[in-house]
Order: sequence, then structure tokens, then C-alpha cells
Amino acid sequence: MRSYTFRKIKNGIIVSLAYMALIVALIPLASILIETILRGLPAMNLSFFFEEISPLGEPSGGIGPAIQGTLIVVALASIIGIPIGVLSGIYLAEFRQSEIASIARFLNDVLTNVPSIVLGIFGWTLIVVAIGWSVIAGAVALAIMMVPIVTRTTEEAIKLVPITIREAAIALGVPQWKTTLTVVLSSAKKGIATGILLAVARISGETAPLLLTILGSRFWFSGFTEPTAALPLAVFNFSQLPIDWPRAWGASLTLIFMILLINIIIRYVTREKYG
Amino acid sequence: MNIHKKFPNFLSKFKTSKKRLSGDSVFKAIVMLLACNIFLILGLMIFKIAQSSWLSIQTYGINFLWGTTWQPFPPNPSTLPSFGALPLIWGTLVTSAIALFLGVPISLGIALALSEFAPKRFNYIFSFFVELLSAIPSVIYGLWGIFVLIPFLQYNVFPILQVTLGFSPIFQGTIRGPSVLTGGIVLAIMIIPTVSAISRDIFAAVPNSQREAIIALGATRWEKARIVMSYGRSGVIGAIMLGLGRAVGETMAVTMVIGNSFNMFTSLFEPGSTLASIVANEFTEASSPPVYISALMEVGLILFALAIIVNASARLIIWRSTRKLKEAEMIR
Repeated sequence: MRSYTFRKIKNGIIVSLAYMALIVALIPLASILIETILRGLPAMNLSFFFEEISPLGEPSGGIGPAIQGTLIVVALASIIGIPIGVLSGIYLAEFRQSEIASIARFLNDVLTNVPSIVLGIFGWTLIVVAIGWSVIAGAVALAIMMVPIVTRTTEEAIKLVPITIREAAIALGVPQWKTTLTVVLSSAKKGIATGILLAVARISGETAPLLLTILGSRFWFSGFTEPTAALPLAVFNFSQLPIDWPRAWGASLTLIFMILLINIIIRYVTREKYG
Repeated sequence: MNIHKKFPNFLSKFKTSKKRLSGDSVFKAIVMLLACNIFLILGLMIFKIAQSSWLSIQTYGINFLWGTTWQPFPPNPSTLPSFGALPLIWGTLVTSAIALFLGVPISLGIALALSEFAPKRFNYIFSFFVELLSAIPSVIYGLWGIFVLIPFLQYNVFPILQVTLGFSPIFQGTIRGPSVLTGGIVLAIMIIPTVSAISRDIFAAVPNSQREAIIALGATRWEKARIVMSYGRSGVIGAIMLGLGRAVGETMAVTMVIGNSFNMFTSLFEPGSTLASIVANEFTEASSPPVYISALMEVGLILFALAIIVNASARLIIWRSTRKLKEAEMIR
């Protein structure tokens, strides 16, 4: 038997290694946030947000079209993705015993982790080949990314609704579909909202699918079948030439700010649940 | 008094059950159809991507998988462009291996610290930070990689590695900032949130009776953690596989730091390419010969297949292990 002191020391070393892992993981996070803020702030001023993007190598303009493009593509993707996601989530939760549900749940999990560039390729083969680089193609690619996340979180949220609430509604003679759509959904709405926000935060930062679908542009939005700009694409394009690096950081800071805002809203929405 | 006289509609309410049933079945049909979109999406994805890469599959056949040249525009215009994906597969495997080698120990440390060692309040704050790490877009990881990580590694870390481990071929040759090793390190940072969050959930699902039993025997905290880890072993393997899935498919950050050169590297300081990075890097240029686009599509198809295999097995492992944990809980 090993001595108590030896075990004590070994325990101390390993526990401190575990804490160190925690700190090591936080260094990149802190570094990314600090660098983005320090390098991004100088690039920012009011016109930066509202002007058109100047050509690469002439870092004088703004990122207005990129912000606009991101908002439009994400909104369109949400309009397509949220209803499909929520209703599939309802199916998986309400008919969870069925064979189809368990296969669909498994495939849903697989789809969650399909590389984003593959979704871009899919958007290209499905839509760009037919109608050209367009906002619609980007929105479809992002919507496909969104659906599995929303489905999964909706399912989990509905499973958490106590059976008593459901029973109460059914005892009052409410048909099952109405129970689901009114009573169950409204008690699960917080969880569902969290899932939707999570999905929106995730797709707003995606670059790879957009690269192959909306292509990028320097001008304001000009129609759903035209290429458009987007923030992550702008960051990527600006990163190619040293002279454009300041505005790459400015665009990054804008993007990070948007995504962190969504994440903080999520934290706020779910706060009560964990007390 | 007869109930029918007082409430003429009372019993008829019950008779409408047939109508109610039809409302339910319509609802069920609608949500089922929407849930089945998943079959449609995946099926259509496989079909469309395979269709687009058909030209390349026909032209190069199985040799595409182990060819080592990538010449979309051959010097002699009369010859066919040649494509082979082996260096890309090699790049994907090596960067993912580096990511797992560096990322997994750190992730397990985090998971143990959060589930076993740290007080609960601490847990809440740190989970938030780790979640933030996964919320940062990959293009920003790439930008940070170019500006902060590459200079740091190139001047402070890589020279030391070469001096101490230079005897092995993987650390020989000229030191370059954008390299396979840099790509692997960025990937390691990016898989930490995935692996650590899932492992933490798995550890948290280990029944407390296990902990109580070993503590009652006088175990230290590390000995307790070891029991927890061995109990959740298969779940942790699933979490690692999921991290691998993320590493294999990660595109933008890798494209920005790996150097994008097409070669069968031996040294980790050499630039390289992965399956995902070449598509992102070359796709918009691939306007001229259709076989070039088709070859990139086939690269995408290989990536898709690889990702599905890795993720499906990860899910199966996690699913089986959580079921095992739940059963153990029920027996108790």
C-alpha cells in the first residue's frame, strides 16, 4: 500500500493540473477578445458602419453592406429554418416512441455535425448552379445548418414540460394537437427561444457556406437572386492583404459583438432555470 | 333530472371524438412530414454532391484517392488536368491528430475540474466562458491565428521545439509560421469546448453512489475522479470522436493558417492543405474547366463521407453509454 503522503501529493498535482487546463483554455479566449477589441476599436467610427465597402487594398470605406447582408441572410435563413426546426422538434418529442422518430433523431444529430463547407457545396449544387450566386442560396445553406440545432433544443425543451400540465389540458377536453400547440409550447417557450437564439448565433458567424453561395459583394443589397456581402466573408476577404487588416479587425469586432450580445441574451433568458 | 335535458350538448361533446381524432392525425401528419425533411435533406445532399462530382469520379476513378498531384492547369495545355486527394487526406488526418493530441488532455482536465474538483458557483462561470469559446466564429479564430498565434509560435515556440525534438523528422526543416502544426494547434483550441462540455455532462451523469462508495473507502479526490472517468469511459470516447468530427470539417480557421500548399509534407513546420481548406481556398477560382469544379466536389464528397462516419460512430457510442448510465441509475 502506498503511503498516504504519496497519494496526497499525487492528488494535489493532478488537481492543480486540471485547474491549469481550465486556465490554459481561457488564455486563447481572453487573447481573442482583447486583441479584437484593441485592434478593432481604432477602425470604428460612425461612417464605418454605414458606408459601402471599398475595393480590397483601399481601406477607406465602411462595412455597411456586410452588416446589412448578414442581417438579411440570417433573417431569411431563420424564416425558413425555425418553423421546420420547431415542428420537427415537436414531432420528435411528442411521438418519441415511434421508429421514425428515433431514426430522425439520430440523423438530426449527424446533420448537426456535417462540416459547414459541405453545406456550402450543397447550396452551390442545389441553387447556385440553377440561378447563380444569390442570397437565397446562402439562406438555404444556413437554414439547413439551423434546423438540426432548433429541432434538438425544441425536443429537449418539450420533454421538460411536466406531464401534469398536459393532463390538465386534456382533462378539460382540449384535443391533443391543440394541447401541444398552446399549452405545451407556451410552457416550453423559453427553452425553444434559447435554441433559436443559439442557432442564430451559430449561423451568423459562419463563413464557409457563404463563400460558396452568396459569394460576397461590395455594394448594398440588390435583390434575393443577387450576390451580397456578409460580415464573416468581409473578415475573410480583408484578412488577405496587410493594408486591409485594420478593417478586418473592425469587422471582427462588429461580428463578435453581435454574437456575444445574442449569447448574453441567452444567458439572461435561461438564468432563472438554474437559479 | 335528465342530464340530456339540462345540457343538451353535454354528451354530444364526447361524440365528436372522431372529429378530434382527425384533427390529431392531421397534426401528426404535418409534424411527421416536417420531421422527415431530415431524410430528404440528407438524401438530397448525398445525391447532389455525388452528381456534381460524377465527372471527376468517371475521369480519375479510384486513383483520385491516392493520387499525389494537383494540376488544374497543366503546363502542357493538351494534357488532361490531373487531380489526386492523398495529400489533402494526409493533411486532414495529421491536423486532426495534432488537435486531439493537444486538445483532449486539456479538455478532460477541464471536464474533471468542473464536475469533480471545483465548487458549483465556479462551475457556472467557467461553463459560460467555455461556451463563449465555442461561440466565436471560426473566421475570427483564423484572423487571431494570423496575427497573434503565428508570430508567437514562429518566434517563441517552434525554435524551442526544433532544438529539443529536432532529432525526429517531424520537427525538421525550415520553420514557417503558416504550417500544419499551426493548423493543428488552432484546431486543438477549437475542439476544446466540444470535448470538454460533453465529457463534463458524462461525468455529471455518473451516479453519486460510485463517488460515495470510493470516498467512504478513503479515496483522495483524484482517486475519486479516476473511478468517475472509468465509469464514463465510453462516453468520453464518444466526446473525443465528436471533437474529431469537428476538427475534420473545420474550414475557415485552418484555411487561414495552414499555408495552403499542396504537398505530402513530412515535417510539421511545412505548409499543407486539408480536404476542407482546399475547397474554401480554390472554389471561387474554379471557373474554367468543369473537371476542376468536379474534382473539388469530389473532395467535398470524401469530406462528407468522413464526417458522417466519424460523427455517426460518435453518436452511437455516446448514445449507448448514456443508456448504460441511465440503466445503472434505474437499477439503483
